[in-house]
Amino acid sequence: MKVCITSKGPGPDDMMEERFGRAPFFIFFDTEGEEHNAVENPFASGAGGVGPRAAQVLIDNGAKAVVTGNVGGNALGALRAAGISIYFLREPGTVKAAFQQFKDGKLTEAV
Amino acid sequence: MNIIVASGKGGTGKTLVAANLAYALSDQKEVLLVDCDVEEPNLHLFFPQGGYELPVTTPVPVFDADRCTGCGRCAEVCRYGAITVLKEPPPLFFEKLCHSCGGCEMSCPEGAIHEEERAIGKIRFSNPRDNIILISGILDEGEVMAPRVIAAAKSYAGGHPTTILDASPGIACPVVEAMQGADYCILVTESTPFGLHDLALAESVTRCLGIPSGVIINRFSEEDDQVTDFCRSKDLPVLMTIPFDREIARIQNTGGLISESMPAYREKFADLFSRVTSAGGFSR
Ligand code: SF4
Ligand code: SF4
Repeated sequence: MKVCITSKGPGPDDMMEERFGRAPFFIFFDTEGEEHNAVENPFASGAGGVGPRAAQVLIDNGAKAVVTGNVGGNALGALRAAGISIYFLREPGTVKAAFQQFKDGKLTEAV
Repeated sequence: MNIIVASGKGGTGKTLVAANLAYALSDQKEVLLVDCDVEEPNLHLFFPQGGYELPVTTPVPVFDADRCTGCGRCAEVCRYGAITVLKEPPPLFFEKLCHSCGGCEMSCPEGAIHEEERAIGKIRFSNPRDNIILISGILDEGEVMAPRVIAAAKSYAGGHPTTILDASPGIACPVVEAMQGADYCILVTESTPFGLHDLALAESVTRCLGIPSGVIINRFSEEDDQVTDFCRSKDLPVLMTIPFDREIARIQNTGGLISESMPAYREKFADLFSRVTSAGGFSR
Protein backbone atom coordinates (compact mmCIF):
# COMPACT_ATOMS: atom_id res chain seq x y z
CA MET A 1 0.00 0.00 0.00
CA LYS A 2 1.22 3.46 -0.86
CA VAL A 3 1.39 6.05 1.90
CA CYS A 4 2.28 9.73 1.51
CA ILE A 5 4.17 11.77 4.11
CA THR A 6 4.17 15.56 3.76
CA SER A 7 7.75 16.80 3.89
CA LYS A 8 9.85 19.94 4.10
CA GLY A 9 12.46 18.44 1.75
CA PRO A 10 12.93 15.79 -0.92
CA GLY A 11 14.45 13.02 1.25
CA PRO A 12 13.28 10.68 4.04
CA ASP A 13 15.74 12.34 6.43
CA ASP A 14 14.09 15.70 5.97
CA MET A 15 11.61 16.96 8.51
CA MET A 16 7.96 16.18 8.14
CA GLU A 17 5.84 19.18 7.13
CA GLU A 18 2.73 19.79 9.22
CA ARG A 19 0.76 21.64 6.52
CA PHE A 20 -0.85 19.46 3.90
CA GLY A 21 -1.67 21.72 0.94
CA ARG A 22 1.42 23.85 1.35
CA ALA A 23 3.89 21.02 1.97
CA PRO A 24 6.95 21.59 -0.27
CA PHE A 25 7.26 17.85 -0.99
CA PHE A 26 5.19 14.70 -0.87
CA ILE A 27 7.15 11.53 -0.20
CA PHE A 28 5.47 8.28 -1.17
CA PHE A 29 6.45 5.02 0.53
CA ASP A 30 5.38 1.51 -0.25
CA THR A 31 4.56 -0.41 2.93
CA GLU A 32 5.62 -3.64 1.22
CA GLY A 33 8.99 -2.48 -0.08
CA GLU A 34 11.91 -0.24 0.76
CA GLU A 35 11.61 2.23 -2.08
CA HIS A 36 10.18 5.71 -1.90
CA ASN A 37 9.76 8.55 -4.32
CA ALA A 38 9.52 12.27 -3.75
CA VAL A 39 7.21 14.60 -5.67
CA GLU A 40 7.64 18.33 -5.42
CA ASN A 41 4.37 20.11 -4.65
CA PRO A 42 3.91 22.66 -7.44
CA PHE A 43 1.19 24.43 -5.44
CA ALA A 44 3.13 24.89 -2.18
CA SER A 45 3.16 28.66 -2.58
CA GLY A 46 -0.05 29.00 -4.59
CA ALA A 47 -2.56 31.69 -3.78
CA GLY A 48 -5.66 29.60 -3.20
CA GLY A 49 -7.25 26.22 -3.70
CA VAL A 50 -3.97 24.52 -2.81
CA GLY A 51 -5.70 21.81 -0.78
CA PRO A 52 -7.72 20.13 -3.53
CA ARG A 53 -4.80 20.40 -5.95
CA ALA A 54 -2.45 18.79 -3.46
CA ALA A 55 -5.04 16.04 -2.98
CA GLN A 56 -4.96 15.57 -6.76
CA VAL A 57 -1.20 14.91 -6.59
CA LEU A 58 -1.85 12.16 -4.03
CA ILE A 59 -4.64 10.63 -6.08
CA ASP A 60 -2.52 10.68 -9.24
CA ASN A 61 0.29 8.93 -7.37
CA GLY A 62 -2.00 6.22 -6.07
CA ALA A 63 -1.68 6.99 -2.35
CA LYS A 64 -4.09 5.16 -0.05
CA ALA A 65 -3.08 6.98 3.14
CA VAL A 66 -1.45 10.27 4.13
CA VAL A 67 0.46 11.27 7.26
CA THR A 68 0.46 15.02 7.89
CA GLY A 69 -0.18 17.63 10.58
CA ASN A 70 -3.19 19.55 9.30
CA VAL A 71 -5.67 19.28 6.46
CA GLY A 72 -7.97 22.13 5.37
CA GLY A 73 -11.67 21.65 4.72
CA ASN A 74 -11.56 21.41 0.93
CA ALA A 75 -8.58 19.04 0.90
CA LEU A 76 -10.29 16.93 3.53
CA GLY A 77 -13.32 16.60 1.25
CA ALA A 78 -11.14 15.63 -1.71
CA LEU A 79 -9.09 13.08 0.26
CA ARG A 80 -12.23 11.54 1.76
CA ALA A 81 -13.93 11.33 -1.64
CA ALA A 82 -10.84 9.65 -3.05
CA GLY A 83 -10.82 7.11 -0.20
CA ILE A 84 -7.42 8.20 1.13
CA SER A 85 -7.11 7.66 4.90
CA ILE A 86 -5.72 10.55 6.91
CA TYR A 87 -3.35 10.17 9.85
CA PHE A 88 -2.33 13.17 11.93
CA LEU A 89 1.11 13.39 13.47
CA ARG A 90 1.81 16.59 15.33
CA GLU A 91 5.22 16.09 16.98
CA PRO A 92 8.13 17.26 14.88
CA GLY A 93 10.29 14.50 13.43
CA THR A 94 11.78 13.18 10.23
CA VAL A 95 9.78 11.77 7.38
CA LYS A 96 11.44 8.39 7.92
CA ALA A 97 10.39 8.35 11.58
CA ALA A 98 6.83 9.28 10.61
CA PHE A 99 6.70 6.43 8.11
CA GLN A 100 8.05 4.02 10.74
CA GLN A 101 5.36 5.07 13.21
CA PHE A 102 2.75 4.57 10.53
CA LYS A 103 4.09 1.11 9.66
CA ASP A 104 4.16 0.12 13.32
CA GLY A 105 0.50 1.03 13.64
CA LYS A 106 1.24 3.77 16.18
CA LEU A 107 -0.87 6.41 14.44
CA THR A 108 -4.64 6.53 14.64
CA GLU A 109 -6.73 7.34 11.64
CA ALA A 110 -8.60 10.64 11.69
CA VAL A 111 -12.32 10.09 11.32
CA MET B 1 -20.51 62.08 -11.44
CA ASN B 2 -19.19 59.05 -9.63
CA ILE B 3 -17.59 59.66 -6.27
CA ILE B 4 -16.09 56.77 -4.40
CA VAL B 5 -15.35 56.80 -0.69
CA ALA B 6 -12.48 54.51 0.26
CA SER B 7 -9.98 53.88 3.05
CA GLY B 8 -6.89 51.77 3.46
CA LYS B 9 -8.43 49.91 6.38
CA GLY B 10 -11.74 49.40 8.14
CA GLY B 11 -13.12 51.48 10.97
CA THR B 12 -11.99 54.90 9.78
CA GLY B 13 -15.49 56.19 9.24
CA LYS B 14 -15.63 55.62 5.49
CA THR B 15 -19.27 54.53 5.49
CA LEU B 16 -20.12 57.45 7.70
CA VAL B 17 -18.68 59.88 5.21
CA ALA B 18 -20.59 58.26 2.34
CA ALA B 19 -23.85 58.39 4.33
CA ASN B 20 -23.35 61.99 5.48
CA LEU B 21 -22.45 63.16 2.00
CA ALA B 22 -25.54 61.51 0.54
CA TYR B 23 -27.75 62.99 3.23
CA ALA B 24 -26.35 66.50 2.75
CA LEU B 25 -26.87 66.35 -1.01
CA SER B 26 -30.36 64.92 -0.83
CA ASP B 27 -31.60 68.42 0.09
CA GLN B 28 -30.80 69.52 -3.43
CA LYS B 29 -31.03 66.50 -5.69
CA GLU B 30 -31.51 62.80 -6.00
CA VAL B 31 -28.49 60.77 -4.86
CA LEU B 32 -27.73 57.17 -5.67
CA LEU B 33 -25.75 55.45 -2.95
CA VAL B 34 -24.02 52.19 -3.85
CA ASP B 35 -22.68 49.98 -1.09
CA CYS B 36 -19.73 48.17 -2.67
CA ASP B 37 -18.48 46.77 0.65
CA VAL B 38 -20.18 43.53 -0.31
CA GLU B 39 -18.55 41.39 2.35
CA GLU B 40 -19.88 43.63 5.09
CA PRO B 41 -22.39 46.06 3.68
CA ASN B 42 -23.53 48.50 6.33
CA LEU B 43 -24.83 51.65 4.66
CA HIS B 44 -28.34 50.35 5.28
CA LEU B 45 -27.73 50.77 9.01
CA PHE B 46 -27.86 54.53 8.46
CA PHE B 47 -30.78 54.19 6.10
CA PRO B 48 -33.01 51.40 7.36
CA GLN B 49 -34.63 49.95 4.33
CA GLY B 50 -37.21 47.58 3.06
CA GLY B 51 -36.84 47.30 -0.66
CA TYR B 52 -36.45 44.31 -2.88
CA GLU B 53 -33.67 41.99 -3.93
CA LEU B 54 -32.31 40.43 -7.09
CA PRO B 55 -29.86 37.52 -7.09
CA VAL B 56 -26.31 37.77 -8.45
CA THR B 57 -25.22 34.57 -10.12
CA THR B 58 -22.06 33.21 -11.66
CA PRO B 59 -21.59 30.36 -14.15
CA VAL B 60 -20.03 27.20 -12.71
CA PRO B 61 -19.25 23.86 -14.34
CA VAL B 62 -21.59 20.90 -14.11
CA PHE B 63 -20.12 17.49 -14.91
CA ASP B 64 -21.77 14.75 -16.92
CA ALA B 65 -20.66 11.52 -15.25
CA ASP B 66 -21.64 9.42 -18.28
CA ARG B 67 -19.38 11.31 -20.65
CA CYS B 68 -16.46 11.95 -18.27
CA THR B 69 -13.54 9.56 -18.75
CA GLY B 70 -11.62 10.86 -15.75
CA CYS B 71 -8.79 12.14 -17.96
CA GLY B 72 -7.88 14.84 -15.44
CA ARG B 73 -7.61 17.70 -17.93
CA CYS B 74 -10.12 19.97 -16.15
CA ALA B 75 -8.30 19.73 -12.81
CA GLU B 76 -4.99 20.55 -14.51
CA VAL B 77 -6.47 23.59 -16.18
CA CYS B 78 -8.17 24.99 -13.08
CA ARG B 79 -5.82 27.56 -11.55
CA TYR B 80 -8.00 27.82 -8.47
CA GLY B 81 -7.98 24.21 -7.37
CA ALA B 82 -11.76 23.98 -7.67
CA ILE B 83 -11.71 20.52 -9.28
CA THR B 84 -10.28 17.21 -8.09
CA VAL B 85 -10.53 14.27 -10.48
CA LEU B 86 -11.17 11.00 -8.69
CA LYS B 87 -10.75 7.47 -10.02
CA GLU B 88 -14.49 7.34 -10.60
CA PRO B 89 -16.24 10.13 -12.53
CA PRO B 90 -17.62 12.67 -12.06
CA PRO B 91 -14.85 14.93 -10.73
CA LEU B 92 -15.28 16.55 -7.33
CA PHE B 93 -16.15 20.24 -7.63
CA PHE B 94 -15.56 22.89 -4.96
CA GLU B 95 -17.96 25.60 -5.97
CA LYS B 96 -16.67 28.17 -3.51
CA LEU B 97 -13.18 28.02 -5.02
CA CYS B 98 -14.43 28.46 -8.59
CA HIS B 99 -13.76 31.83 -10.26
CA SER B 100 -15.97 31.12 -13.29
CA CYS B 101 -13.12 31.40 -15.77
CA GLY B 102 -14.71 28.81 -18.07
CA GLY B 103 -11.36 27.08 -18.62
CA CYS B 104 -12.53 23.63 -17.61
CA GLU B 105 -15.48 23.63 -19.97
CA MET B 106 -13.30 24.68 -22.87
CA SER B 107 -10.63 22.11 -22.16
CA CYS B 108 -12.76 19.00 -21.62
CA PRO B 109 -12.08 16.71 -24.59
CA GLU B 110 -15.31 14.76 -23.99
CA GLY B 111 -17.71 17.66 -23.81
CA ALA B 112 -18.62 16.42 -20.34
CA ILE B 113 -18.81 19.90 -18.81
CA HIS B 114 -21.49 22.53 -19.25
CA GLU B 115 -22.13 25.64 -17.20
CA GLU B 116 -25.03 26.52 -14.96
CA GLU B 117 -25.70 29.65 -12.97
CA ARG B 118 -25.16 29.56 -9.23
CA ALA B 119 -26.21 32.33 -6.81
CA ILE B 120 -23.33 33.95 -4.92
CA GLY B 121 -25.02 37.05 -3.58
CA LYS B 122 -27.71 39.62 -4.12
CA ILE B 123 -28.38 43.24 -4.85
CA ARG B 124 -30.86 45.03 -2.63
CA PHE B 125 -32.65 48.13 -3.85
CA SER B 126 -34.39 50.61 -1.61
CA ASN B 127 -35.55 54.17 -1.35
CA PRO B 128 -35.02 54.87 2.37
CA ARG B 129 -35.86 58.57 2.18
CA ASP B 130 -36.69 61.30 -0.32
CA ASN B 131 -33.98 61.71 -2.90
CA ILE B 132 -31.88 58.79 -1.68
CA ILE B 133 -31.77 55.53 -3.56
CA LEU B 134 -29.67 52.83 -1.99
CA ILE B 135 -28.23 49.88 -3.91
CA SER B 136 -26.43 47.38 -1.68
CA GLY B 137 -24.25 44.57 -3.00
CA ILE B 138 -24.31 41.56 -0.69
CA LEU B 139 -21.89 38.65 -1.06
CA ASP B 140 -23.15 35.40 0.45
CA GLU B 141 -21.21 33.94 3.37
CA GLY B 142 -18.12 31.99 2.32
CA GLU B 143 -18.16 33.15 -1.30
CA VAL B 144 -15.03 34.55 -2.93
CA MET B 145 -16.22 36.47 -5.95
CA ALA B 146 -16.75 39.90 -4.41
CA PRO B 147 -15.76 41.72 -7.62
CA ARG B 148 -18.66 40.10 -9.48
CA VAL B 149 -21.22 41.35 -6.96
CA ILE B 150 -19.63 44.80 -6.99
CA ALA B 151 -19.76 44.93 -10.78
CA ALA B 152 -23.43 43.92 -10.68
CA ALA B 153 -24.26 46.62 -8.11
CA LYS B 154 -22.47 49.22 -10.21
CA SER B 155 -24.19 48.14 -13.39
CA TYR B 156 -27.59 48.64 -11.77
CA ALA B 157 -26.45 52.13 -10.80
CA GLY B 158 -26.10 52.85 -14.52
CA GLY B 159 -25.16 56.40 -15.34
CA HIS B 160 -26.98 58.17 -12.53
CA PRO B 161 -25.66 61.78 -12.42
CA THR B 162 -24.94 61.76 -8.70
CA THR B 163 -23.55 58.45 -7.58
CA ILE B 164 -21.71 57.90 -4.32
CA LEU B 165 -20.00 54.55 -3.85
CA ASP B 166 -18.83 53.09 -0.56
CA ALA B 167 -15.82 50.84 -1.24
CA SER B 168 -14.71 47.97 0.96
CA PRO B 169 -11.76 48.71 3.24
CA GLY B 170 -8.26 47.80 2.11
CA ILE B 171 -6.68 47.85 -1.31
CA ALA B 172 -7.40 44.37 -2.69
CA CYS B 173 -9.22 43.41 -5.93
CA PRO B 174 -12.71 44.37 -4.69
CA VAL B 175 -11.55 47.94 -4.03
CA VAL B 176 -9.98 48.23 -7.45
CA GLU B 177 -13.19 46.88 -9.00
CA ALA B 178 -15.25 49.44 -7.07
CA MET B 179 -12.91 52.30 -8.03
CA GLN B 180 -12.93 51.60 -11.76
CA GLY B 181 -14.67 54.40 -13.56
CA ALA B 182 -14.89 56.75 -10.56
CA ASP B 183 -14.46 60.46 -11.25
CA TYR B 184 -13.17 61.27 -7.80
CA CYS B 185 -12.04 59.35 -4.75
CA ILE B 186 -12.46 60.53 -1.19
CA LEU B 187 -9.96 58.77 1.06
CA VAL B 188 -10.99 58.61 4.69
CA THR B 189 -8.31 58.27 7.33
CA GLU B 190 -7.47 59.07 10.94
CA SER B 191 -4.56 61.02 12.39
CA THR B 192 -2.64 58.04 13.70
CA PRO B 193 0.50 56.31 12.39
CA PHE B 194 -1.65 53.33 11.35
CA GLY B 195 -4.04 55.63 9.56
CA LEU B 196 -1.14 57.19 7.72
CA HIS B 197 0.28 53.85 6.60
CA ASP B 198 -3.04 52.69 5.21
CA LEU B 199 -3.72 56.04 3.61
CA ALA B 200 -0.40 55.85 1.77
CA LEU B 201 -1.38 52.45 0.33
CA ALA B 202 -4.83 53.61 -0.72
CA GLU B 203 -3.37 56.76 -2.26
CA SER B 204 -1.03 54.68 -4.40
CA VAL B 205 -4.00 52.73 -5.77
CA THR B 206 -5.92 55.86 -6.78
CA ARG B 207 -2.74 57.23 -8.33
CA CYS B 208 -2.28 54.01 -10.30
CA LEU B 209 -5.85 54.15 -11.57
CA GLY B 210 -5.48 57.84 -12.36
CA ILE B 211 -8.42 58.91 -10.17
CA PRO B 212 -8.13 62.37 -8.64
CA SER B 213 -8.47 62.14 -4.88
CA GLY B 214 -8.65 64.08 -1.66
CA VAL B 215 -8.60 63.20 2.03
CA ILE B 216 -11.01 63.49 4.92
CA ILE B 217 -9.31 63.10 8.29
CA ASN B 218 -11.67 61.62 10.83
CA ARG B 219 -11.10 61.82 14.62
CA PHE B 220 -8.67 64.57 13.80
CA SER B 221 -6.24 65.66 16.51
CA GLU B 222 -3.75 68.48 16.10
CA GLU B 223 -1.10 66.86 18.31
CA ASP B 224 -0.86 63.62 16.46
CA ASP B 225 -1.13 64.90 12.96
CA GLN B 226 1.28 63.38 10.44
CA VAL B 227 -1.46 62.93 7.89
CA THR B 228 -1.54 66.60 6.90
CA ASP B 229 2.19 66.55 6.17
CA PHE B 230 1.80 63.42 4.11
CA CYS B 231 -1.00 65.01 2.09
CA ARG B 232 1.10 68.07 1.46
CA SER B 233 4.00 65.95 0.26
CA LYS B 234 1.73 64.03 -2.13
CA ASP B 235 -0.11 67.11 -3.29
CA LEU B 236 -3.34 65.63 -1.95
CA PRO B 237 -5.92 68.14 -0.78
CA VAL B 238 -7.33 67.73 2.73
CA LEU B 239 -11.04 68.11 2.03
CA MET B 240 -12.30 68.14 5.58
CA THR B 241 -11.25 67.32 9.11
CA ILE B 242 -13.73 65.87 11.59
CA PRO B 243 -12.45 66.45 15.12
CA PHE B 244 -12.56 63.93 17.89
CA ASP B 245 -15.59 65.34 19.67
CA ARG B 246 -18.02 63.97 22.24
CA GLU B 247 -21.14 65.20 20.52
CA ILE B 248 -20.06 63.78 17.15
CA ALA B 249 -19.17 60.46 18.75
CA ARG B 250 -22.54 60.35 20.51
CA ILE B 251 -24.47 60.95 17.31
CA GLN B 252 -22.47 58.37 15.41
CA ASN B 253 -22.66 55.74 18.11
CA THR B 254 -26.43 55.87 18.01
CA GLY B 255 -26.46 55.40 14.26
CA GLY B 256 -27.22 59.04 13.56
CA LEU B 257 -25.79 61.31 10.90
CA ILE B 258 -23.93 64.49 11.76
CA SER B 259 -25.18 66.10 8.57
CA GLU B 260 -28.71 65.53 9.87
CA SER B 261 -28.30 66.75 13.44
CA MET B 262 -25.56 69.35 12.91
CA PRO B 263 -26.46 71.82 10.13
CA ALA B 264 -22.86 73.04 9.97
CA TYR B 265 -21.79 69.60 8.78
CA ARG B 266 -24.60 69.40 6.28
CA GLU B 267 -23.19 72.56 4.73
CA LYS B 268 -19.63 71.31 4.91
CA PHE B 269 -20.48 68.09 3.09
CA ALA B 270 -22.59 69.84 0.47
CA ASP B 271 -19.82 72.36 -0.07
CA LEU B 272 -17.24 69.60 -0.31
CA PHE B 273 -19.25 67.98 -3.06
CA SER B 274 -19.51 71.11 -5.15
CA ARG B 275 -15.80 71.83 -4.80
CA VAL B 276 -14.87 68.28 -5.73
CA THR B 277 -17.12 68.26 -8.76
CA SER B 278 -16.53 71.79 -10.00
CA ALA B 279 -14.66 72.21 -13.25
CA GLY B 280 -10.95 71.92 -12.73
CA GLY B 281 -11.47 69.82 -9.66
CA PHE B 282 -10.47 70.74 -6.15
CA SER B 283 -7.82 73.43 -5.97
CA ARG B 284 -4.73 72.00 -4.38
S1 SF4 C 1 -11.72 17.08 -18.64
FE1 SF4 C 1 -13.76 16.22 -19.04
S2 SF4 C 1 -13.42 14.04 -19.32
FE2 SF4 C 1 -11.56 14.86 -18.41
S3 SF4 C 1 -11.86 14.54 -16.20
FE3 SF4 C 1 -12.59 16.59 -16.65
S4 SF4 C 1 -14.77 16.32 -17.05
FE4 SF4 C 1 -13.87 14.29 -17.15
S1 SF4 D 1 -14.64 27.63 -14.37
FE1 SF4 D 1 -12.45 28.03 -14.11
S2 SF4 D 1 -12.25 28.32 -11.89
FE2 SF4 D 1 -14.22 27.33 -12.21
S3 SF4 D 1 -13.78 25.17 -12.01
FE3 SF4 D 1 -13.65 25.64 -14.20
S4 SF4 D 1 -11.46 26.07 -14.52
FE4 SF4 D 1 -11.82 26.17 -12.31
